[in-house]
Amino acid sequence: MWLRFKRDRTGVVSACVVLLYFVVSALAPLIANVYGKNPYTLYAREPEYPFLLDDFAMPTGSFGGMSGEFWFGVEPKLGRDVFTMLLYGMRTSLYMAVLVTTLCVVTGVLIGMVSGFFGGRVDYWLGRVTDFFLAFPQQLFFIAFMPVVTAMFVSPQDETPTYLRVVAITLVMWFLGWMGLARLVRGSVLTLREREFVEAAKVSGASPWRIVRKEILPNIVTPILVQATYILPSTILSIAFLSYIGVGFVEPTPDWGRMFAIGADVYEQDPMFMFFPGVALVVFVLSFNLLGDSVRDAFDPKTGR
Amino acid sequence: MSDDVTLPAQQGSASASAPSEVLLKVAGLTKHFPVYGGFPIKRKVGAVQAVDDVDLTVGAGESVGLVGESGCGKSTTGRLITRLMEPTGGRIEYAGRDITHASRRQLAPVRSEIQMIFQDPYSSLNPRQTVGTIIKSPMEVNGINPKGGRDTKVRELLELVGLNPEHFNRFPHEFSGGQRQRIGVARALALNPKLIVADEPVSALDVSIQAQVVNLLQKVQQELGIAFLFIAHDLAVVRHFSQRVAVMYLGKVVEVGDRVSIYSRPRHPYTHALLSAVPEVSTIDEPEDRERIRLAGDVPSPILPPSGCRFRTRCWKAQDKCASEVPPLVRIDGNHEGHLTACHFPEQPTTAARDEDIVLDPALTALEDTGKD
Repeated sequence: MWLRFKRDRTGVVSACVVLLYFVVSALAPLIANVYGKNPYTLYAREPEYPFLLDDFAMPTGSFGGMSGEFWFGVEPKLGRDVFTMLLYGMRTSLYMAVLVTTLCVVTGVLIGMVSGFFGGRVDYWLGRVTDFFLAFPQQLFFIAFMPVVTAMFVSPQDETPTYLRVVAITLVMWFLGWMGLARLVRGSVLTLREREFVEAAKVSGASPWRIVRKEILPNIVTPILVQATYILPSTILSIAFLSYIGVGFVEPTPDWGRMFAIGADVYEQDPMFMFFPGVALVVFVLSFNLLGDSVRDAFDPKTGR
Repeated sequence: MSDDVTLPAQQGSASASAPSEVLLKVAGLTKHFPVYGGFPIKRKVGAVQAVDDVDLTVGAGESVGLVGESGCGKSTTGRLITRLMEPTGGRIEYAGRDITHASRRQLAPVRSEIQMIFQDPYSSLNPRQTVGTIIKSPMEVNGINPKGGRDTKVRELLELVGLNPEHFNRFPHEFSGGQRQRIGVARALALNPKLIVADEPVSALDVSIQAQVVNLLQKVQQELGIAFLFIAHDLAVVRHFSQRVAVMYLGKVVEVGDRVSIYSRPRHPYTHALLSAVPEVSTIDEPEDRERIRLAGDVPSPILPPSGCRFRTRCWKAQDKCASEVPPLVRIDGNHEGHLTACHFPEQPTTAARDEDIVLDPALTALEDTGKD
């Protein structure tokens, strides 16, 4: 399988890109340290950078204030460093996305597997629960539930700690994110369960657990992986969306999505501000999807590559 | 299919002598699949009587054929015996112990001795596992460690079934249907079973491959002394392979006996019809001297099987008695030892041509009448 994957050039390249993103995100504090800036300081107010922003609070330099000092430019109005904002923003988004995707995949596979393998009444009721969750309009409920879930943990008068926001976002996205995969897994398990190789395993005395693990699971790894590689980028986009409309992460936590929100405010005056987060997001989502395709091909022994 | 078929000597003797030891004994085996209906509350409105009151014995090292047309319950019987399905009633005894309702744990010691070969070689092998893993897994499940390790045993098995041991690391999709079926055979043999239930093992293969696989099974059966329950609808294959044959119709065994009795001296009208339906080449010099029976209609629904004898709706000899009384499966006058028939009005024990063909199909009759004019 590994050999087959290595032969796929697109897969290897996109794997490298995705890996680079994760490494950069994980090492964000280190890079920021070497680079000598952080995403919280308002550099426009620092005495050593007197002319960072002009009278309209826009970056003075060309291309959004890009310079040897501020690689990706300066944020309009507050004058923060875009490069470190992006680094830390990616870090927030990627961590969140990995967490949410893992939870969704585990829940989805578990529920789908149980309802597909046991069938009958179990399947019926789990199916209804899945339907119930599917019936929620996702985007609306993200927006509506975020304040509710936050209020469950902390009084609206107090300031919400960042970790609570993380928990709230994770919970909301988890509860509304696992159904697609559960359906998919259930369907695959239903067809596989009736296949004769499962019966052959039964005849040899295999336990249900072994049948699930050795006979069924390897056959549904492909759809699970493909679905997971769709969930992860879309989770990043959803988190970005939540932050964009103001119910996700709030200032001063650096976040990918909120960078777009700021960028959208000022895109007429400072289009460069949107450029770097945008390119970074497009490249990431694209290479992650390509990676998913390659992994699927590598897992399937029937593809000729 | 003429009467004076000479059998291979060693097999003839095996079929003549009664099996010394009964390995599998099935008595009154019944499987009903419930049919639900009604609105809004679903309840059981009937049952598909897939297998009804089947008696069968398989001796150690014996090969028993189970024949019948599609949907008569052959495969269900096989699945009940391997305990893939839970029987509704009856009793399955393996080597003297009752396994009718044994749980998975209770079955564990018996599992390795009863194995199954499946019909479809394409769905019976896990596409994600290599051949080695497929053949090895029954040994892993049962914790069997043969001398020299499992991998060596797998290679031996591959060689035994006529595959290259080098194929160990290949995936099933790299093989042809016949080769896949050989892998299935190797998997069944991995546990050194005493009984193999072969559920139409060759019907999915093309004819030239069928012969190879049947010969392989025969070799395995004779060399390793494994008992076979050979389920098939191909009478010629069963005749080649089995020492005893049971004929099923609509969930019931209608006739059972040794090979010679069933093929040359059948008594049940259905067996006659079945044998007469086997295509055989005849030339003008050697005109066919077989009887000719063409049934009409379909097998009745197993949800509402006919009362009494289940074959009576398509039988040319049916009388009132057939509708009221279920014919018992007994030895009728003129039958050999062990040749049992369930019929009130048995046929003559011959397959020779009759004075008049029995053609029950009106369309065929009409067709032939116009042909004569």
